[in-house]
Amino acid sequence: MTLGVMGKKVGMTQVFDENGLAIPVTVVKLGENIVTETKTKEKHGYVAVQIGGFAIKDKKLNKPDLGNFKKKSIAPLKPIKEYRVDDVSSFTVGEALKVDDLLKAGMKVDVRGRSIGKGFQGCIKRYNHGRGPMSHGSKFHRSMGSIGAGTTPGRVVRGLHMPGHMGDDNVCARRLTVVRVDTEKGLVLVRGSVPGADGGLVVISASITKWNQPK
Amino acid sequence: MNSIIKEIEAPLLKTNLPKFDVGDTVKVFVKIKEGGKERTQGYEGVVIKHTGHGVGETFTVRRVFQGIGIERVFLVHSPRVEKITVLRRGDVRRAKLYYLRQRTGKATRIKEKLGGKKITANISANAPAATPAAAPEKSAATANATSAPSAEAAAPAES
Repeated sequence: MTLGVMGKKVGMTQVFDENGLAIPVTVVKLGENIVTETKTKEKHGYVAVQIGGFAIKDKKLNKPDLGNFKKKSIAPLKPIKEYRVDDVSSFTVGEALKVDDLLKAGMKVDVRGRSIGKGFQGCIKRYNHGRGPMSHGSKFHRSMGSIGAGTTPGRVVRGLHMPGHMGDDNVCARRLTVVRVDTEKGLVLVRGSVPGADGGLVVISASITKWNQPK
Repeated sequence: MNSIIKEIEAPLLKTNLPKFDVGDTVKVFVKIKEGGKERTQGYEGVVIKHTGHGVGETFTVRRVFQGIGIERVFLVHSPRVEKITVLRRGDVRRAKLYYLRQRTGKATRIKEKLGGKKITANISANAPAATPAAAPEKSAATANATSAPSAEAAAPAES
């Protein structure tokens, strides 16, 4: 995963392109995205940059975590994410990421978020299975069908689609187009939908594709 | 609606829209591209549905053309919808006029809404010069409802 910026999903709306066609967009309000630590090969065994997402109140952290921020004299941030990078020399602790360099209108991005929880769901909703007839004497409505043969193999194969908890997963929406970046207001407009509910945390990072050149 | 989304939508919203409602007969001027050339086409019919808010506000216009019912959905604030003129105000008791789909001929007629604001007063809200100019045109508007509103709406565009 390439370096990502954290933000909160605001909601969806439409904007118009130069041809006057409506484009569905998701608005993401970016967080502070401040570098909290750089990790080096010599000291930590790997090279990475640690980023804090949103400024929070002191009381939202416990004493050890708050002490970390006090030591570096940075305002407390949450959540903290780490990204492997080739070189940390361009990052200084306490400075915000430059969104202008990372996100540009027209480029493709991956947006990661936590999907809306659906609770315990049957196979029809969870895996798009079909259902049986609801009437005409049928007793097979929405339940699962057969889960396998009898004595041979004498077990249920692994990974069989069964009812269970749906949603509340980490989901990545890949190759979405950035429609607009407003660094002044800290807003990014991404074409299409993005995982999670409004107000949920999303991480926007550049897609690894051959199309990922700003127009 | 969220204040951030409202802020994004604000510059996209049109301010000079006429007031129209379900049951009204309207003419929608739509920009269409034909072989690299852009021209405006009028589409006339009855508004059978008006829904949504903000940038997503849409309305459906139904007309019967050569015996076949056509319904077109327009985004109110789309730049492709150049202008909307109200030709006739309808008096209806439904929010959605889906019943028109089952009807043909005389049964599709809609009562005209009489009284209230005159049509000419609603064409352009943002042009103060239009108000005194509208007064002598009122008699013309009732006599020839199709041509008068379009001529009146063209005047503020020039100024």
